Amino acid sequence: MNVLNFVNAFFSDSAHWHGYDGIPQRLLEHIQYSVLALALAAAIGLPVGLLTGHTGRGGNALAFIATAARALPSFGLLVLIVIMMGFGLLPVMIPLVILAVPPILVTTYEAVRTVDPSPVDAARGMGMHESRILFQVELPVALPLILSGLRSAAIQIVSTATIAAYVSLGGLGRYIVDGLYQRDYEKVVGGATLVAVLALVTLALFWAVGRLAVSPGVRRR
Amino acid sequence: MANASANPKGSGALIRIDSVTKRYPDGTVAVDRLSLEIPDRSITVLVGPSGCGKTTTLRMINRMVEPSEGTILLDGEDIQRRPVTTLRRSMGYVIQNAGLFQHRTILDNIATVPRVLGWGKQKARARAAELMERVGLDTALAKRYPYQLSGGQQQRVGVARALAADPPVLLMDEPFSAVDPVVRKGLQDELLRIQDELGKTIVFVTHDIDEAIKLGTMVAVMREGGHLAQYAPPAELLSHPADAFVEDFLGADRGIRRLSFFPAAELPLTTGQVITADATAEQLAAPDEPWLLITDADGRPLGWGERRDLTAGDIRTDRLLPHGRPFVPGSDSLRTALDSAVLSPAGHAVAVDDTGRVTGVVSQATIGEAIRSAHAGGHADEAKVAS
Repeated sequence: MNVLNFVNAFFSDSAHWHGYDGIPQRLLEHIQYSVLALALAAAIGLPVGLLTGHTGRGGNALAFIATAARALPSFGLLVLIVIMMGFGLLPVMIPLVILAVPPILVTTYEAVRTVDPSPVDAARGMGMHESRILFQVELPVALPLILSGLRSAAIQIVSTATIAAYVSLGGLGRYIVDGLYQRDYEKVVGGATLVAVLALVTLALFWAVGRLAVSPGVRRR
Repeated sequence: MANASANPKGSGALIRIDSVTKRYPDGTVAVDRLSLEIPDRSITVLVGPSGCGKTTTLRMINRMVEPSEGTILLDGEDIQRRPVTTLRRSMGYVIQNAGLFQHRTILDNIATVPRVLGWGKQKARARAAELMERVGLDTALAKRYPYQLSGGQQQRVGVARALAADPPVLLMDEPFSAVDPVVRKGLQDELLRIQDELGKTIVFVTHDIDEAIKLGTMVAVMREGGHLAQYAPPAELLSHPADAFVEDFLGADRGIRRLSFFPAAELPLTTGQVITADATAEQLAAPDEPWLLITDADGRPLGWGERRDLTAGDIRTDRLLPHGRPFVPGSDSLRTALDSAVLSPAGHAVAVDDTGRVTGVVSQATIGEAIRSAHAGGHADEAKVAS
């Protein structure tokens, strides 16, 4: 039995392409979970990272929290939260967000903190307000690194969002969980392939965003 | 309010620093009861070794550092009474390495302060383009990014950016320290030219005493602990250093450097030794000098030759000794003339006119007499002679 045969069989079965358990539906669900989790993590990680990076304060506390958060096993956390809160979307979001906040927070903090201090000094000396310095001087230069933090967070979310299936939700994890339960390895391999492809697409998406959003003066080409 | 040496065209403001002290929480005193009157529309240089508080003093003028005691007045008004951003926008700020915004084009870098002040994009960019020309930048660079420019060009952009909103005051913190000496000289000359046109009140910080003497209308020499050692025009600094510290800081050759402030126009020139390359045997024999300066038919210097080696009609111009750098009596100083004489194999400096034709030569001894009488005449010229 060859993995490629599994992949081929899974994707050429027309039954896999429609209905509530079809690839488009599962893919859409997976993307929805991922985007929601990334948005929530960014909503926490970006402002805190920008502010601490700009003031240069709280770096040690951040590093501690981030390390602690990284040590938490996502799956274990999910089971624990489901036992405490019951089934639903929220129990899935919590471990995904906890997983994604540290890379966003730490890279954003580092990105802003390590911006060359002399343009910042010049901006302050020219009478720019602190918020303007952060958003118009520091952020554009820190952007490539901030995007790389978001990118690693996004890829981790996409891979980990499969756990949603363990608590009766949809997404591409459904194929893996159901496939394992049904001993349908074609399904398992097909689901895993889709997750991997989605991760690569995410990577490409961030590359494109970087091309569009980062100034040629910062990209240096 | 008008200062004798100030530029009458300018828009600069008078800055009075009144017994200002900066003490940090750990007890370090960066500036100690400093009082300084900075004349408007001229360049005042703060110079001293590192840790003398010169940068702290500069940064207190735009409130990047707040003084612990004392007041700073801008045109008679306490700078504490103005909102800090308003104050800073009225002062151009130039720092070492320029501190350009790498994500913005050159044009948009220069347009920064006008944009902050709420100018429209078109107006701000038009102003920025005008400033590029003023600081000697090719406008073809407008769409480039800072990383595509050399260090000297970046520093010109920094100066243009500081001038963009036409502030009365320009604060410059070691702006030319990070570029090589040739580029630095170009930037210094450019600054003097711009100042001649604009007449800003410029406060300039440097650790380089030569730069201070070249640029400053007034020079404040500071020493460790934020004390003012001497505050004087550069010529006076060189002729009458206040104490051993200032004398030591000025370096071993302050006597030579002071000659920059005496014009060479009064030097008596002789032409007896100046011979054209097609001279006859009689012409060659006439001067009672061992060394002859040979010129071409146009009167431009070719080099020195010893008379016993020269044959009329067959002067080998390629075997003459180099005449060194000639001086222009109308615009050069005694320092340039002396340098020219010291470098000459004949011990004579070559004087030329603006077109490079020889007007005469002058010996080291004659220059020495001129130096003695200039010193006896007391003070060096207030108007600085280009050196």
